[in-house]
Amino acid sequence: MDKWHGWDKIRYEAALDPHFGTKIASIPGGDKLLACIQCGTCSGVCPLSPYMDYTPRQIIAMIRAGFKAEVLSSYTTWLCASCYSCTVECPKEIKITDVMYAVKRLAIQEGVYPKRFPMPVLAHEFFRSVQKNGRSTESRLIVRLYLKTNPFKMLKQAMLGWNLWRRGRMGMGVESIKGKDELQRLFVAMDKETRAERRTGQEVRP
Amino acid sequence: MSYIYFPGCSLRSTGRGYEESLLEVCRALDLPVDELEDWNCCGATSYMSVDESKAFALSARNLALAEKQAHSSSDIQMMVPCAACYLGLNKAQHYLKEFPDIRARVNKALSSAGLVYSGQARIRHPLDIFTNDVGLDKIAAKMTKPLKGMKIACYYGCQLVRPYADFDDQHNPTTMGKIMTALGAEVIDWPLKTRCCGGSLTGTIEDVGLRLSYVILAEAHKRGCDAIATACPLCQFNLECYQGKMNRRYGLNGTVPVVYFTQLMGMAFGLSEKKLGLKRLFVPLPERGAVAAEGGAHVRG
Repeated sequence: MDKWHGWDKIRYEAALDPHFGTKIASIPGGDKLLACIQCGTCSGVCPLSPYMDYTPRQIIAMIRAGFKAEVLSSYTTWLCASCYSCTVECPKEIKITDVMYAVKRLAIQEGVYPKRFPMPVLAHEFFRSVQKNGRSTESRLIVRLYLKTNPFKMLKQAMLGWNLWRRGRMGMGVESIKGKDELQRLFVAMDKETRAERRTGQEVRP
Repeated sequence: MSYIYFPGCSLRSTGRGYEESLLEVCRALDLPVDELEDWNCCGATSYMSVDESKAFALSARNLALAEKQAHSSSDIQMMVPCAACYLGLNKAQHYLKEFPDIRARVNKALSSAGLVYSGQARIRHPLDIFTNDVGLDKIAAKMTKPLKGMKIACYYGCQLVRPYADFDDQHNPTTMGKIMTALGAEVIDWPLKTRCCGGSLTGTIEDVGLRLSYVILAEAHKRGCDAIATACPLCQFNLECYQGKMNRRYGLNGTVPVVYFTQLMGMAFGLSEKKLGLKRLFVPLPERGAVAAEGGAHVRG
């Protein structure tokens, strides 16, 4: 950080979202989040914490305190590679990786993730492809990712693509399943079930 | 009983060599394998980041299809070689079992697509099947060309042992090492067996992802291994295909072949390079003769 932005960091209680912590804690088995002792084991074992704007320990403290805007727009969750080191080592058995997933989903739902940052774009494009074809096609996924984030980088990666193609490790066709209709019915039904559960109020989870 | 094989998306493109060598090795071990009919994406990491319920539904469809294909036999064994798919399916199964509300929703959704999931399918990784079902003795008996003199760094990656360690030690897994030792290779001891390779970050946030892969590669290189053995298509891709870049950026100083453990098994069984997909590698394995002659010294240039 080249300049101290201290004034931006000060938050008074009125600016916080008091329900944010309980909302994230409503994921399956998520209530343990509230038992965090702030020991920092998660940040210690996380291979990515040096690159994060807030470490996993800080993110958990911020979730519980209601720093919703800061948590949802942070890079931390998008740098999480889902290696589950934190989840395995947490002495309070908090499923930290799943907490990161919950934050990612809420950030996408509310449209506040860091824009043009490649990870949410990747997630979105992957989702779109599976939604449509039931499978992901790696070559298409990469092309769409670069078109949407950094088209120039695609040129730089052309050699890698060529080397993969030459060895038969990247095809041009689109991978797809036969039972697309069946899959669509499944998705529609699943969405309906999720909405119904949200309406009854049992479920508010992201 | 035959194993219901779930390839996953990566084994159909960047991980072709994994599928080819796995199926050849199964054939050599007389292990009956049937591909899951019309399988779909497991709903892994990237999908889970957008919609959790539908990610579970995707996995549940695969599990339901497996049960259908096994003709509702009670012994349903799925063979899932990709570490991300292995965890994706495993996680969905754990959640469907542990959380009745999710199970109820997923089951309702499945029934409107004409599918039923009873929870019987067992999700197994080839490392698990080879060590526990086939057994090291039988694997060693099939060996015609021992991997004598080859120093192998076994790299398991994250999602085979975390968060669920169903068939191996979570902090110090040994199944791959046991197979390699049984086939005559020398397994090097190193601390990064289960450290994260960076996953999809190498393709998205290169500055961060490359460094994570580099740390693993540099450690294996420093300890003088002839090859790194992997059990995950993304680990293999990250560690192998970006070596040129890592050389330029961090001065890796040489190359390290990164192969699938099934490719090494196939080599020990005397199968051809082509059958094992070894010609698809960016960094070729050192010549067998030279390695054996030098007693495992490094043929790296």
